[in-house]
Amino acid sequence: MREYHLHLPLSKEDVQQLRAGDMVYLTGPMLTGRDAAHKRLIQLLNEGKPLPVDIAGQAIYYVGPAPASPGHAVGSAGPTTSYRMDAYTPQLLRLGLNCMIGKGRRSDAVRQAMQEYGAVYLGAVGGAAALIARSIKSAEVLAYEDLGTEAIHRFTVENFPAIVLMDAHGGNIYESGPAQYREE
Amino acid sequence: MREIPVSQITEKVKALFLTAAYHIGPDVVTAMKAAADTEPSPIGKSVLCQLCENYQIARDEQVAICQDTGMAVLFIDVGQDVHFVGGDFEQAVQEGVRQAYAEGYLRKSIVDDPLFDRKNTRDNTPAILHLRIVPGDKVHFLVTAKGFGSENMSAVKMCVAADGEEGVRNFIIDTARKAGPNPCPPMIIGVGVGGTFEQAALIAKRMTARPVGSHNSDPRYAKLEADALAAINRLGIGPAGVGGKTTCLAVNIDYFPTHIAGMPVAVNICCHAARHAEGEV
Repeated sequence: MREYHLHLPLSKEDVQQLRAGDMVYLTGPMLTGRDAAHKRLIQLLNEGKPLPVDIAGQAIYYVGPAPASPGHAVGSAGPTTSYRMDAYTPQLLRLGLNCMIGKGRRSDAVRQAMQEYGAVYLGAVGGAAALIARSIKSAEVLAYEDLGTEAIHRFTVENFPAIVLMDAHGGNIYESGPAQYREE
Repeated sequence: MREIPVSQITEKVKALFLTAAYHIGPDVVTAMKAAADTEPSPIGKSVLCQLCENYQIARDEQVAICQDTGMAVLFIDVGQDVHFVGGDFEQAVQEGVRQAYAEGYLRKSIVDDPLFDRKNTRDNTPAILHLRIVPGDKVHFLVTAKGFGSENMSAVKMCVAADGEEGVRNFIIDTARKAGPNPCPPMIIGVGVGGTFEQAALIAKRMTARPVGSHNSDPRYAKLEADALAAINRLGIGPAGVGGKTTCLAVNIDYFPTHIAGMPVAVNICCHAARHAEGEV
């Protein structure tokens, strides 16, 4: 288990060096988006229209935060399950999205596109939402404010804790991790 | 006959959902700390430690344990000698949910039409109510705030008698295996056996709120619970699904009489952030 402290957005070298099972602490800006925002982005792409945010070289966090209480930049903000974004993800990877943060398995199409375009899939710990929120220093809405919690935000994070779930070389902790501890 | 103003119902429902959102039960905390001590996977252990720290932050700062503060589900036992006054009972319950989610900075996760519009209702209502009329003059509440990462991994199967104990056990294990990392393991699994299609699911939901470490009073069901739990923890899925021995904290099973031709089985998966609270008016 190697540990990295990395700045966002990730460079191509950062992406290439990470391996499934590494721990990373991220500092810098990340986008947020989940089901409804993805649907809108892909609709725009299919219509040949520009996106409201530039996603090339960026990281996206699949999250719908709880409302911020006084004194907090954001409410509890753990990851949502990523497979619901799978249908939309390869198109975004083709545009240069190089880092996704969520939880749970991804489709074969997503994993192939990650290798083809060079991207990593990181996991924040599902349910560690209050802990994760402490690493989010500011949050602003960039697009789709009408979607409320599902709007596209920019989070600025400091030492945001994550695990490399799937790397740009086909490594997948959801296969290699359980294989090590399975007793069937 | 005891008169209860519905405003008291609103207050109680609000208080219970706030408690559930911020405070994880001592049964779960104890089980998670024990698991963190024994988990052999270093990365799995670090996940469990993060989760234990998260419970403490949520409790200390009065913030939501998880951003998915769930769909509100209430099991309400109404004493038959109660007379509600001052308004509509169900509206009073919905108002309690509305106030908890607004004032407690909890996420509003409910959309109205599920298929076409999917427009957020913006107050986390409607809540789902399951009512029973019972003897007495009290109103008892069991409320759960059900997150959907785990709800989506749940399943119902219309088994038959010939499937037997092995069939039930295998269905529980298969459901956990298919769920893998998605429901935020370590999970708590509620199982309903018997009844009808919906009754089995209702029992399973109730069983997600039975304390971790408790057992069915029938030793045969208690053994089935223990066997399924041990088998799931041999799958290797581990905390957050990254590999390890801690995949499931509890398998809680209950049953209901059923038809001579059937044996419905419902498996309701809950994440480690099993948010529920009980109270009485």
